[in-house]
Amino acid sequence: MTTASVSLGASVSSQSRFMQLALVALLGIFVVGFVGFSHIDAVHNAAHDYRHSMAFPCH
Amino acid sequence: MNLFRNVVFIAAIAGLVAGVVLACMQAYATVPLILKAEVYEQAGGGHHHDHAAPAATDTNAMSTAAPAANAMSSAAPAPAEAAAPAAEDEGWAPADGFERFAFSVVANIVTGIGFALILVAVSEFAGGIGNWRQGVFWGLAGFAVFTLAPGLGLPPELPAMPAADLTQRQIWWWATVVATAAGLGLIAFRKSLPLVILAVLLIVAPHVVGAPQPDSFETPIPEGLHHQFVVAVTVTNLVFWLVLGAVVGVVRGRFTGTATSLRDSFA
Repeated sequence: MTTASVSLGASVSSQSRFMQLALVALLGIFVVGFVGFSHIDAVHNAAHDYRHSMAFPCH
Repeated sequence: MNLFRNVVFIAAIAGLVAGVVLACMQAYATVPLILKAEVYEQAGGGHHHDHAAPAATDTNAMSTAAPAANAMSSAAPAPAEAAAPAAEDEGWAPADGFERFAFSVVANIVTGIGFALILVAVSEFAGGIGNWRQGVFWGLAGFAVFTLAPGLGLPPELPAMPAADLTQRQIWWWATVVATAAGLGLIAFRKSLPLVILAVLLIVAPHVVGAPQPDSFETPIPEGLHHQFVVAVTVTNLVFWLVLGAVVGVVRGRFTGTATSLRDSFA
């Protein structure tokens, strides 16, 4: 994968681009998952109203 | 890692703005309804966990009939009106009032950034959100994926409402999100008819399988209160996603400026 991505300029290979964006998406999923879906009681209680207000599965 | 840094930066700003907006809307639209529901919850015998005590589907009788381990700490001995007004009976919980509100705001901002990271990353694969108008459409997609689709099978629930096993619902929720996102992506970015048909199948599939449902729908929560809550949650989430998408478009446009790509912008 040495072909440079058109939309990103010459210096970023499409593989590197894919990896970086995938990393960002994973980071986002981790953040949402921890705050909204964690089974830890303290985390659940802290974000209780938020979870209900987002229609996340709760309790 | 310039792309990574720029994407995270844009997501942080957009998530912060949209999270604050959502927190304000929740304070007026959804949280008062949650507090109302907690009055019914307290009257009905305190907090319950269906998955922890499968025998206690009759929640009203739980605190008296079933000395379930998870309710022993404070629900059993404390009279309903004297119990601490905190939302939960288990573990640490923020004190009612400002502390509870503050934690909700933090949760809103943090997950707002989380959703923004997902949105920006996915949209960059498709060429990026060029302006606020494109952002609004991306926001609509986010709303459909993260609110509408899972909300069909698992409507927003108030405290004291019965629900199936938590982990199973969470699995169904994420599976629905992934299937709906994949379906919408196919519809938006692929031109072949078979793929669009596949997309429709993907979007429909989670609802054919069906969300995990509780054994009994009996609840002390009035139907009207719940309906009000479903509307409030759906509308606040719609505005959140529209704001998130639009701000991503604005911020990305501002920082890319004349540069041809995110990579070359402000690295």
